[in-house]
Amino acid sequence: MTRAGWAGTLVFAVLAALAAALVARARYTADLSAFLPRAPTEGQRLLTEELRTGFASRLIMVAIEGADASTRAHAAAELAQRLRANPAFVEVSDGDPQGFAHTADFLLEHRYQLSDAVTPERFTTEGLHAAIGATLELLASPEGLLAKPLFTSDPTGETLHILDGLDPPPIATLEGVWSSRNGRRALLIAQTAAAGSDTDGQERAVVAIHSAFAAAAASLTPATALRLRLSGPGVFAVTARAVIREQVIRLSTLSAILIAALLLAAYRSVPALLLTFVPVASGALAGVVAVALGFGVVHGITLGFGVTLIGEAVDYAIYLFIQTGRESARLAVGPDADEWRRGLWPTIRLGMLSSVCGFAALVPSGFQGLAQLGLYSIAGLVAAALVTRFVLPEWRPRVLRTRDLTALGTALARILEKLRSARAALAVLALLAGFVLFEHRATLFSRELYDLSPVPIADQELDASLRADLGAPDARYLVVVSSPDTGAALSAAEAIARRLKALTEAGVIGGFETPTRYLPSPATQHARQMSLPPPAELAAHLQRGLAGLPVSAARLAPFLNDVEAARTAAPLTPRELARTPLGSALDALLAVSGSTTTAFLPISPTAASDLSAAALGEIRVAVADAMRAPPPQLVEVARADFGPASVTARLLDLKAEADDLYTHYLTQAVSLSLVGLAAILLLLALTCSPARALRVVAPLALAVLTVAAGLAAAGQRLGILHVVGMLLIVAVGSNYALFFDRLAQHEHADVPRTLASLAVANLATVIGFGVLAFSSVPVLAALGRTTAPGALLALLFAALLAPRAALKTPA
Amino acid sequence: MNAPRALRAASVLLVALAAALAAGPSAASDPLDALMQQLALRRHGHVTFTEVQYLAVLDRPLESSGELLYEAPDRLEKRILSPRAETLVLAHGVLSATRGQRTRTLPLAAWPQLAPLFECLRATLAGDRAALERVFSVALDGDPSRWTLHLAPRDPAATRLLSQVLITGEQADLKTVEIVQADGDRSLLSIGRELSP
Repeated sequence: MTRAGWAGTLVFAVLAALAAALVARARYTADLSAFLPRAPTEGQRLLTEELRTGFASRLIMVAIEGADASTRAHAAAELAQRLRANPAFVEVSDGDPQGFAHTADFLLEHRYQLSDAVTPERFTTEGLHAAIGATLELLASPEGLLAKPLFTSDPTGETLHILDGLDPPPIATLEGVWSSRNGRRALLIAQTAAAGSDTDGQERAVVAIHSAFAAAAASLTPATALRLRLSGPGVFAVTARAVIREQVIRLSTLSAILIAALLLAAYRSVPALLLTFVPVASGALAGVVAVALGFGVVHGITLGFGVTLIGEAVDYAIYLFIQTGRESARLAVGPDADEWRRGLWPTIRLGMLSSVCGFAALVPSGFQGLAQLGLYSIAGLVAAALVTRFVLPEWRPRVLRTRDLTALGTALARILEKLRSARAALAVLALLAGFVLFEHRATLFSRELYDLSPVPIADQELDASLRADLGAPDARYLVVVSSPDTGAALSAAEAIARRLKALTEAGVIGGFETPTRYLPSPATQHARQMSLPPPAELAAHLQRGLAGLPVSAARLAPFLNDVEAARTAAPLTPRELARTPLGSALDALLAVSGSTTTAFLPISPTAASDLSAAALGEIRVAVADAMRAPPPQLVEVARADFGPASVTARLLDLKAEADDLYTHYLTQAVSLSLVGLAAILLLLALTCSPARALRVVAPLALAVLTVAAGLAAAGQRLGILHVVGMLLIVAVGSNYALFFDRLAQHEHADVPRTLASLAVANLATVIGFGVLAFSSVPVLAALGRTTAPGALLALLFAALLAPRAALKTPA
Repeated sequence: MNAPRALRAASVLLVALAAALAAGPSAASDPLDALMQQLALRRHGHVTFTEVQYLAVLDRPLESSGELLYEAPDRLEKRILSPRAETLVLAHGVLSATRGQRTRTLPLAAWPQLAPLFECLRATLAGDRAALERVFSVALDGDPSRWTLHLAPRDPAATRLLSQVLITGEQADLKTVEIVQADGDRSLLSIGRELSP
């Protein structure tokens, strides 16, 4: 090794050690929210917030199948009991009637704040007569059996009235636990403490459910075959991550083995094979360090995908070893070293720089995932190129002999020579591709975020059937009310709910939910308390009101006491509800975080169809009306109690927002890629002549065009990962085109060896991405199906479009 | 003993045995089975009723009246017409109560404490002894011309609300259903005249 070699190795070792230390101390996350876009609009911010931490994101639907109903019910009750003891779960519901009894107690205690029937008129002589008369009629009916114990304290029937209004989703019950409608599954709902985007937390919850179920099933005698099935956003995230991780590991192992076999066949030298992986490994290290320093946190997906993106770094070593693999193999000094420094390295450097230009376009993306991958690739490729330039040649053992591939290169040159006569066909191909893309222009790009979903159809169907059974619809339309003040948000929600009720009765919408069904605003609670007359007055009204009814005032003493207590009760807040089963219902609809309270009013469409634009318009008008003119008495109380608080309300179509968001990032990725392409063109124009730059870029553009047309013709819609794949075609292909350019420029260049190295490098790339193309994960498959054929075409087109001189072999 | 006599004796024995076997089921060794068989023959019914409820909390009893409709084996409808209209329909184990615009449904399987209130009448009308004995311990006295069924609920949740049900009848016609609650309150439903179907 030369003195420079020792110096280079020393610097490399120090940097590698430093990088390893940084990598060891870097912060890693599997939290998908780190990968979620920085949302540009208010609606999209709310959407991503809901995806991250919303109540719906923390629900796990649990189904138990197999055996008979009573065994399932026992297992479900046992499972629920075990999960309730686990702090990973905030709430576990299984239809246990105890929960219902608890709710009834709570409703009874706070009935005069919660019942919307409480008005001043109800406690007049006439009002009491009518209300108590109605309750007596109820006593005569079978439900009266349940109402009877409440009669003396609640003769106006407020508790039952509230229960009626709650109208819980009618979940079927079998053997005391919730059941699917077909009676084949026992059902539970678990609400995790971890946010939906905290995939690690969700995974712990899923594992906890599985082990609790195993324990519950084991405690059953006799042991029976029960199956556990889980669904929900968190479960999907956990499954998707596991599938992606498993596939990334399996497919990268497979492609590493295949590439190693290829290189071994090409080199016939194990040391050369091992050295080939040094640049890419250094690049991966540098990439992680750069992302850790640049973003503060490295996402698991960046780790998984990054190495794939800098696969080009393997090519650097291939070019080095195959193109300089002469007998003496002396790279540090001698003719090879000269060849390396003057000819080969500048070409690799330019190829690397053009790839960096391409990836640099990803860095400003608002999609943090793309930005991380861009930075990772830039740092990785620069590091890999530097290692290839300054370290690898020095390490190369002096006596290392790699196989001479001149014969292969010569054969390739002859074939390409013949194919060149068909160059004109490329013009036809370009036109054809352009035509196909034009024909598919309306459906070219994917507009739906869900196209990215790695969740198998069977799991999606299970989710849909569990949701239907549990009455937990996938809310698409929401009115979102935000305010710094919880009371003001609830008052606004009440005003909007009044108008939504009118829309429901008019048949514009199918129905809606509101947090005020469970927790009325403090203003409304206060107004209800104010409608309760003082004791003497109430006693007098009651005495007269009972005339003609088969009950005497003396029996209703508990009623008088309760009303008096209710008049001075403190307002109910989310805190009191949290201890009851109503708390989870409220949690789904009211989020108090930091200084902002957000109330959600999910709207269900009529029938099973989506809401029409006209219906959405009517809802918007209703919301605007409600915000303009809240009922005067509520405003007054709200002012008195809380001061004027600013409230905003808006209608949100979650699916449209998600798709808009996705389209926004897709459009951004496409335009950034075009900027990257322009930057590459500029770079090449500056380093060589514009004519040469065009010649280098033309085959790459044609390859991208052809692949895009091919995908469109095959019915694939292009998504973000297709765009990344196209960027990779340009990154990898620019090296090929630059080598042909070099062959054309240098009369003495070794054509057969260059061709052979390009063929081997290309084959390695095609193998690496070709394996991904068979993945069942849509994002991986998209990357593979774009890059593998694209890289092959880029090489072919670059060869065909190169000047004749580039293929000239020594006779 | 000669052969013909032996044969004759044997044939007498066989005939007696066959007669005994044939008579077995129809002669109803168990009076409850007999009653149930008789009741099961009725496929539908439509009668008037009056009901009086005696509740301790009230100064005087509550009275109501209306019609009862029955379709074998598991549809029972109680139309309360006075003092205020309410319709209760028990069909396939689900109770729906309609008052004015509002209909509420209760799957009885989910309400073990309420189920006996309806099952006593449905299972008796259907002559479904097995169903009746799943929910109640059953005792029968009287004779076919005037009988009383004593039904005591088995489910502990139900016994907290319901102490017993007494159903009286004449032949295949039910006359009264008296429900005695655990707290002593009781209701007496009297079945009136048959209405045209």
